[in-house]
Amino acid sequence: MTIPVEKVAGPRRQNKAEFRWSDEHAPADFHERLFELEQKGELVVQRVDTEHIEVPVKYGRTKKVPIGHTWHHKSCGQCGHIPGYSTSIFWVNRKLGIEYEDPTDQTSCTAWNYYASATSNAAAQAAVAVRNFAAAYETGRFPIIHCGTSFGHYKEVRQELLAHDHLRDEVRRVMESLGKPLVLPEEMVHYSEWFYAMRHEIAKHQVRDFSNIAVTVHPACHYYKLVEGDAIYDPEVYGGQRTAIVSEVAQALGAEVRDYSTWFDCCGFGFRHILVTRDFTRSFATQRKIKRMKEEADPDVTLTHDTGCVTTLDKSQFAAKAQDPNFATIPVMSEAQFAALAMGAHPYLVCQLHWHAADYKPLLEKMGIDHEKAWAQFEEATARLERGEQQYLTWEDADV
Amino acid sequence: MSASAHLTPTRADSAAYKLGTTYPDVPLEEKQRLFDEVKTDERFHDYLYGCYECGICVAACPSARYYDFSPRRIAQAAAREDVELVYQQMQEDIWDCSQCFSCLRCPRGNNPGGIITLMREVAVNNGLESAKQALRGYTRIIYKIMSTGTQVSPDMLQADAFPDWGPSVALVSEKLDLWRRALPPETHHTTTTGWQISTKTLVELYLIWHKTGALAMIAELARACTACWRRSWRTCWTKRVTS
Ligand code: SF4
Ligand code: SF4
Repeated sequence: MTIPVEKVAGPRRQNKAEFRWSDEHAPADFHERLFELEQKGELVVQRVDTEHIEVPVKYGRTKKVPIGHTWHHKSCGQCGHIPGYSTSIFWVNRKLGIEYEDPTDQTSCTAWNYYASATSNAAAQAAVAVRNFAAAYETGRFPIIHCGTSFGHYKEVRQELLAHDHLRDEVRRVMESLGKPLVLPEEMVHYSEWFYAMRHEIAKHQVRDFSNIAVTVHPACHYYKLVEGDAIYDPEVYGGQRTAIVSEVAQALGAEVRDYSTWFDCCGFGFRHILVTRDFTRSFATQRKIKRMKEEADPDVTLTHDTGCVTTLDKSQFAAKAQDPNFATIPVMSEAQFAALAMGAHPYLVCQLHWHAADYKPLLEKMGIDHEKAWAQFEEATARLERGEQQYLTWEDADV
Repeated sequence: MSASAHLTPTRADSAAYKLGTTYPDVPLEEKQRLFDEVKTDERFHDYLYGCYECGICVAACPSARYYDFSPRRIAQAAAREDVELVYQQMQEDIWDCSQCFSCLRCPRGNNPGGIITLMREVAVNNGLESAKQALRGYTRIIYKIMSTGTQVSPDMLQADAFPDWGPSVALVSEKLDLWRRALPPETHHTTTTGWQISTKTLVELYLIWHKTGALAMIAELARACTACWRRSWRTCWTKRVTS
């Protein structure tokens, strides 16, 4: 699917040429240093050695995205506050018949805290990352990272480990005390890259028609701004002028992707701001993002691919609406939830939309989903838990 | 927060000096020491290559839109080694940054957001007043990570903590246990952590904090912990981490 570069919206947006890279301007490919250190025996590289798809990243390079045999590095914000996000990622894997591991031997990357409070240091952050990589390596499965911040932070950690001998030595010492090697994966893979890679397969399993759904996309800062070369850029999407992530999945599902002028702006999350100075977060999210999207693109939903972005863009709208009854809200979800809905997922048992704040019911109606009936099914299922007939709902229960 | 302008001459080429130096009670040597600590971090030289003063970073910066804050000033002060101004920024500016890294658009290859991360680390390590203020009310998160391995837990969703997020938070809070048990992934049935984490994993995490000095840093902060939402000793994260 193509999104022509001319679709870049806005009367003063004249930069409509395709992005052309040159070797001269491209940063060094990190793989060279990675494999050099591997050869020297300084670290272990976990290879993508199972079936995979090559996706385009910036500067004409490609990245290997493993299809299955994956180790899902979860996000604390997704699992904790937007559980339909991670549930949808797993559900789509299951529907496509792909086996994966959802490990308990995984910690948070702790980068949310680090970017918020700086109460850590480079060695601690790198050791936390490498401990998780080593845990994946021990299982033989390849890590797929759910959180955009974990992904960006781990790319930074990789860059620092490759560049600084001292840091490598310190992290190696810490790992040795845990009985683990210093492992880095051959590729850092974000779950949204897996969705991009699998978009045609997902579309083959689509059961709901999204041709009348218009979306805007918020690309997550830490996905493509941190270590910028290592993110999906597709010449077919806006001429490679910006990351194709999320947009291309929405396109493949038949939705219309609409542009808006503040696409490059962050969501306003701010790491510490969302926790302790939310006036900034709310103002930025609603004034610079939601309001602009509404005025310029009037989407049915806005899609993004990171924990903080879904939280910020979704939750911030309530206060804006409370202050101004005319404030027009937009439902917010991840493209994983959107894709799951396209494949027939239950809006509550799988996508868990009742954890979201902005009104998503008009969107469900447009998708042809009877949300009242779906909610009754959810309540009936949870009533079984309350009656003690079963302790937990299962994957089988989610497919009513 | 800022001290009033002062006439004590410190360093003639300092922009802060020319404007009237601030924080006169802090000796120049101390400001220099703190800057040196920022500069000796291995990452500093990856983050700063000089500055064109073009302002591209400012145009991309969300915090610059809502605060009296500029990543250009951060890069310039660091590039000029203006220790007066760097100190002032460590006290007044760095906590405004959103850490979004939009400023990586810099045509010079700078990372003003990264410089700020380092300045924050030094501010925390040295107990600067700005760090104490910034972290007030935040210690709960730090302890959560130290002790549980996840930062964000479902039980943080409480109506009085997020009144501006609307009624969905109160509903989630009320139904928390039931709704967590309704999640199909087996690792998601938790309420106090984002997912189920094995004890072995937590021990390994603790060892990492201990061996890298992060635990000592947190212990120092714990001594200043007064504003935790948990308030009661029974549920205090400090106690759990330090005992
Ligand atoms: S990282 Fe900080 S300085 Fe850089 S653009 Fe974001 S808010 Fe501005
Ligand atoms: S974008 Fe870079 S060169 Fe331009 S003002 Fe900012 S730091 Fe300086």
